[in-house]
Amino acid sequence: MANIISDETIEYVGILAKLELSDEEKEQAKSDMGRMLDYIDKLGELDTTDVEPMSHVFRVENVFREDVVTNGDERERLLSNAPQEKDGMFVVPRTFE
Amino acid sequence: MYKEYETVIGLEVHVELATKTKIFCGCSTAFGAAPNTQTCPVCTGMPGSLPVLNKQVLEYAIAVGLATNCDITRYAKFDRKNYFYPDNPQNYQISQLYLPICRNGGVEIETAQGGKKIVGIHEIHMEEDAGKLIHDEWEDCSLVDYNRSGVPLIEIVSEPDMRNAEEVIAYLEKLRLVIQYLGASDCKLQEGSMRADVNLSVREVGAEAFGTRTEMKNLNSFKAITRAIEGETERQIDLMEAGESVVQETRRWDDTKGESYAMRSKEDAQDYRYFPDPDLTPISVSEEMLQEIRARQPEFRTEKMARYREEFDIPDYDIDIITGEKPLADLFEAAVALGAQPKKVSNWIMGETLRLMKEREVDASDLRFSPENLAKLIALTDTKQINSSVAKEVFEVMFEENVDPERYVDEKGLKTVNDEGALKKTIEEVIAANPQSVEDYRNGKEKAIGFLVGQTMKAMKGKADPGAVNQMLKELLQK
Amino acid sequence: MNVIEMTAAQLSAAIREGKTTAVEAAEAVLAQIEKEDKNYNCYVTVDRDGALTQARAVQAKIEAGELTGPLAGVPVAVKDNICTEGLRTTCSSKILHNFVPTYTAEAVKNLQKAGAVILGKTNMDEFAMGSTTETSAYGPTKNPRNLEHVPGGSSGGSAAAVAADECIYAIGSDTGGSIRQPASYCGVVGMKPTYGTVSRYGLIAYGSSLDQIGPLTKDVRDCAAVLEALASHDPKDSTSVSRADKDFTAALTEDVKGLRIGIPIDYLGEGLDDEVRTAVLQAAEVLEKKGALVERFDLSLVEYAIPAYYTIAAAEASSNLERFDGIKYGYRTEEYAGLHNMYKKSRSEGFGEEVKRRIMLGSFVLSSGYYDAYYLKALKVKALIKKAFDEAFAKYDLILGPVAPTTAPKLGESLADPIQMYLGDIYTIAVNLAGLPGISVPCGQDSKGLPIGLQLIGDCFQEKKLLRAAYTYEQHAKKL
Repeated sequence: MANIISDETIEYVGILAKLELSDEEKEQAKSDMGRMLDYIDKLGELDTTDVEPMSHVFRVENVFREDVVTNGDERERLLSNAPQEKDGMFVVPRTFE
Repeated sequence: MYKEYETVIGLEVHVELATKTKIFCGCSTAFGAAPNTQTCPVCTGMPGSLPVLNKQVLEYAIAVGLATNCDITRYAKFDRKNYFYPDNPQNYQISQLYLPICRNGGVEIETAQGGKKIVGIHEIHMEEDAGKLIHDEWEDCSLVDYNRSGVPLIEIVSEPDMRNAEEVIAYLEKLRLVIQYLGASDCKLQEGSMRADVNLSVREVGAEAFGTRTEMKNLNSFKAITRAIEGETERQIDLMEAGESVVQETRRWDDTKGESYAMRSKEDAQDYRYFPDPDLTPISVSEEMLQEIRARQPEFRTEKMARYREEFDIPDYDIDIITGEKPLADLFEAAVALGAQPKKVSNWIMGETLRLMKEREVDASDLRFSPENLAKLIALTDTKQINSSVAKEVFEVMFEENVDPERYVDEKGLKTVNDEGALKKTIEEVIAANPQSVEDYRNGKEKAIGFLVGQTMKAMKGKADPGAVNQMLKELLQK
Repeated sequence: MNVIEMTAAQLSAAIREGKTTAVEAAEAVLAQIEKEDKNYNCYVTVDRDGALTQARAVQAKIEAGELTGPLAGVPVAVKDNICTEGLRTTCSSKILHNFVPTYTAEAVKNLQKAGAVILGKTNMDEFAMGSTTETSAYGPTKNPRNLEHVPGGSSGGSAAAVAADECIYAIGSDTGGSIRQPASYCGVVGMKPTYGTVSRYGLIAYGSSLDQIGPLTKDVRDCAAVLEALASHDPKDSTSVSRADKDFTAALTEDVKGLRIGIPIDYLGEGLDDEVRTAVLQAAEVLEKKGALVERFDLSLVEYAIPAYYTIAAAEASSNLERFDGIKYGYRTEEYAGLHNMYKKSRSEGFGEEVKRRIMLGSFVLSSGYYDAYYLKALKVKALIKKAFDEAFAKYDLILGPVAPTTAPKLGESLADPIQMYLGDIYTIAVNLAGLPGISVPCGQDSKGLPIGLQLIGDCFQEKKLLRAAYTYEQHAKKL
């Protein structure tokens, strides 16, 4: 395996992705990610100099909406799926010190 | 020997655009609504919802770019900036990194020494605002309101071209004016419709390389910006003098304590994994679109000042003040267009209007009275239907409630009494009742007449023309 | 003929003619679900009461002459990643175990306008990540043709429901083969339309630049009719395309004379099961006999599609799935210490293994220092793949090949080795990268009795050619 994923990398990706892995899962993730990256490295065989990266497959451009209010008060619907709500707002763990 | 230091400052200015709806959905952007009542699946990150760009946002962004001498990017895209925080419902913010709408601009400012200087604009990009977090003291938790989530912003990123707080304020004032003139935002620091983050580093005078910079957030007034710049400059110099190094970090300014603190957490990796948003199509700015926006650009301040000098006989100082706030210039022009004499309109603005604005802490953009009513008030004084003290009294009411001065004067019976017989009768009574003052006057004490005018005005309940009273008094006393 | 065995065209005609009603049809299909679904597990949620209420309303409209189309009164199953107002939508994930959308996806609204009766929500690989429907948090779906085998995925519940007569037709989503491959494994017709043809508004995103909703049906006629109803230009989806040629049922003629069909040599190479190869080549011969010009050609870059796809799809997924954080909807962990711990625990407990694997990979390929080497490189390869197809379609009207290298594998065989599972997508994935339409049509079965699928791929917006060729082949196959 050409790509060796370190503990630090898995830890770091866990912070980015907000995932907490058990030690066992971490070992599995290291090996899975290493194998996937080995596989993805195959793309390196292709010369892509001067190739424009294609983020959108068609040239659909300039899709806009007009600046007109179309939505009303949907608060009750919005909150209907909330795990926890108070005073018409979502409750989250304290965010600042 | 003391080392001499130089402060290097760049600004990231967020401006909330004055659109009716949010950047990617048809929710209202109006202020003051109950929490979460201006939301929909798009601006609250409901699964399956998709963004569609508000055209007005693009047009405002291009207009600001043109007014600040930027190159407009002819093929622009939106990118996702990924980070987890509860005010950000998708846990990514739609912004622009790779192909921002405007680049390579700059504005001219006046420096403290009276010279001129260009502050470069690195780029301007469009993005969405976050929601609001409210701390709940009782339950030790935070509450999220998404009414502001998705409100359109432009972020104007300057080059590190400023060297002190005065230049920073001059640059911000310049941006504020340009954007206000465009009608793209009201740019209020206190209310958060204009927000400035300060990137600051310090280096020895003569050094080529920049020092390590910090980014300061939470600056809600020009005063706070000035204090924060001074405080941070001092902090960085102290670190350097002590042989320590400045850490590149984001700091939050606490204006009440007059100090900043680092906003770091091990959970914030500051790795935003930007990539082009596949849900939004690229933007292709045609020559036609540019022409249209160019054609709609308003008369900016410099042009307006020149025109005022040409067209109106008012002092340069007045022109400077009036054009310094777009709403004042609008008020001035509208009242003049209604037939009021420019000099008089200018006097009302420079005098009573500014006085009351200061006294009552009212922003120019929040003035309540209409130019129609100001013009009417001026006409009432021009035709001597009311005297100047009554006019000031009426203006105060107008300032608060935008009353129609004609109707108000009628209702309150404030019109000047032009009945000569009634005036003569009152003066004769005043003369009879104040023999001492009459004698003083006749003995050459000219000042005594002032007292008699005052007594007459009082007896007339203020509704007389003081000039006419003065003249008639003199005539009657000579007899 | 038993109602549940009918196609949508047959059933809607029977209802129009008064031989049965929308309510009877719904009741018959619901009875079949009741009887069979414990064996197959096609559905995550069955909306019995809702279906009957809709059926009554639709029946009234049919009788009033307001609904006359081929889907009027016909019961449909909807994949569980497509939002339905008031009806739980889970993406087969624990993290959305209690999520009830407040709005209905545009595609479903379009079906409702055509008189569809929504039966419920079908099982899938969690967040559409998988090729077997085994990564569902609600248990695997089994292949109705053989209970020991998987139905394919990720739209395995939809394909199995059609095959098991637990619906008359279904809709699914296809990001890398997720409609075509299960259709092939279950012996039904499945189509992935040109990107932008069906609105994605209300489809819970996996890979936004690749996802498309499409039909799973009993035959090609129904496929065309369902696509005709699904396709619309939706101002709520910026990537939605305005198309004039949406009368897909008009393409159902038996005529492939002069149609140029290319078979990529690499689609017949190593890894392809012999029985599948034989069946697919026989299907090609049928079309040739009907007048098509069939030849083999070298479609380059075939082996690069999978690594490019998994980079792009994982990157987009890592971002798309950030919104599942335990704050606004869905699962929130019981105990936590502070905000970030709440995020991490809710997500780690709420997502399954395969989803976490792809989120981790996607976060990594976008992270600082790796973006250019992985993500940007994949976007460039995508451009090359698109170019390879453009060149192919300059010579051919259609590309023909297998849907998958093998027939349906046994339950439990695939998950052990993820990369092996990803390799199974080799013939379907490039179609999504290039935004092309593709259809899977049954073309026989292997010696174990498992269905084999024929894949036809068209150039962008060439669904009519696909449908015409598929219909022609199907009419011939019926006579066999």
